[in-house]
Amino acid sequence: MGALQAVLKNPPISTKNQNVKDRAEGLVLKVLSSFKSTDIEKGVQSLDKNGVDLLMKYIYKGFEQPSENSSAVLLQWHEKALSAGGVGCIVRVLTARKTV
Amino acid sequence: MSYHSFLLEPISCHAWNKDRTQIAMCPNNHEVHIYKKEGSNWNKIHVLKEHNGQVTGIDWAPESNRIVTCGTDRNAYVWTLKGDAWKPTLVILRINRAARCVKWSPKENKFAVGSGSRLISVCYFEQDNDWWVCKHIKKPIRSTILCLDWHPNNVLLAAGSCDFKCRIFSAYIKEVEEKPAPTAWGSKMPFGEVMFESTGTAGWVHGVCFSDSGNRVAWASHDILPFKSDPAQTFLTSETLPLLCVTFITENSLVAAGHDCYPVLFVYDSNKAALSFGGKLDVPKQSAQKGMTARERFQNLDKKATTDSKEAVLESLHKNSISQISILNGGKARCAKFCTTGMDGGMAIWDVKTLESAMKDLKIV
Repeated sequence: MGALQAVLKNPPISTKNQNVKDRAEGLVLKVLSSFKSTDIEKGVQSLDKNGVDLLMKYIYKGFEQPSENSSAVLLQWHEKALSAGGVGCIVRVLTARKTV
Repeated sequence: MSYHSFLLEPISCHAWNKDRTQIAMCPNNHEVHIYKKEGSNWNKIHVLKEHNGQVTGIDWAPESNRIVTCGTDRNAYVWTLKGDAWKPTLVILRINRAARCVKWSPKENKFAVGSGSRLISVCYFEQDNDWWVCKHIKKPIRSTILCLDWHPNNVLLAAGSCDFKCRIFSAYIKEVEEKPAPTAWGSKMPFGEVMFESTGTAGWVHGVCFSDSGNRVAWASHDILPFKSDPAQTFLTSETLPLLCVTFITENSLVAAGHDCYPVLFVYDSNKAALSFGGKLDVPKQSAQKGMTARERFQNLDKKATTDSKEAVLESLHKNSISQISILNGGKARCAKFCTTGMDGGMAIWDVKTLESAMKDLKIV
């Protein structure tokens, strides 16, 4: 739980260095997949509104490069984040100019 | 609430006449149809055919009874009623892209046209030459202007555009009016001066509206709904699909509608300087719950991964996105009725009083 907060705390939004963004994305993915399915909902509840938007951005970034099991885990997170953030959250991911 | 379906095509834009008996609208083609309400039917009485491209904006001046239309053919026409027919006058806008929206100023001596050529044309009538002349506002607009609204003082103009900003310009034309008094947005207002520019939104600005006093402005952006009341600026992140149009119904309440097919109320609390969600304004009738057979349940689970018996039919009044809201009675200070038109070719009239009584905790401040 603490790991989720920490990894979402300082997102590399403004950096131009692609490496930094990739490493941050890898870390977030590791944290998300280490959660148990039942704990996912609690994890989403512990985030504030901006946190949910940020989480949704990472989820979509993760969808772009599917690996072995990541898509299933990401879909579970997506469902819970959607019920917390609503459709507006996804619209914000699509319109945001500063990508994670 | 009454709903009337005109045609199957989307209604691109609409405008009402002064006593709200006639509506001019464009059914997504080159023409403007004017319908008159006779009893409970709407009859088509005029068809205005002058544009060569789709008509994107219509505005009907209530006092002087003139209609201005603008379209993708880069022109605007001012129509005056002579006898029983509407006669057009061409206005040369000097733009090289489509015109997107048009609005008469409150005193009806000017109108503004927003266009895709990254500028706003403010047009006024020159008596000597008997001709409409236009002046351009260019800086610092970087993209298409999607929506316009005039301040009640006839000089300030709010414009929302695709470069993610909402700006308030001065459209002061010294040939037709005298110097305006200072307002909450500033006191020096030469033509084209930017009085206010928004920051922070990352989506196209689809709709903009001044409040009745002109001290507040709200705009609907693709991602959120910001609101500025001097000096505070606040916004509300929406949990729904993007909103396309917004209008004030009192000084503190807004109604907005968009891709979600139902209008929504927002209330601004000036003590807390916060905008909050008031409620959905479209309460669908509860249809009788049919019992589900086990087979249906399994089919649902297989097809849609859910055990709900919700059908895929929209329960709101409009069946497609709502693209424009206009106030029918009461003005922006105490609106009693407003009308929405959308991409389903239908027009719905909403009565504020019945909405208030229908939804118990709806409070229109």
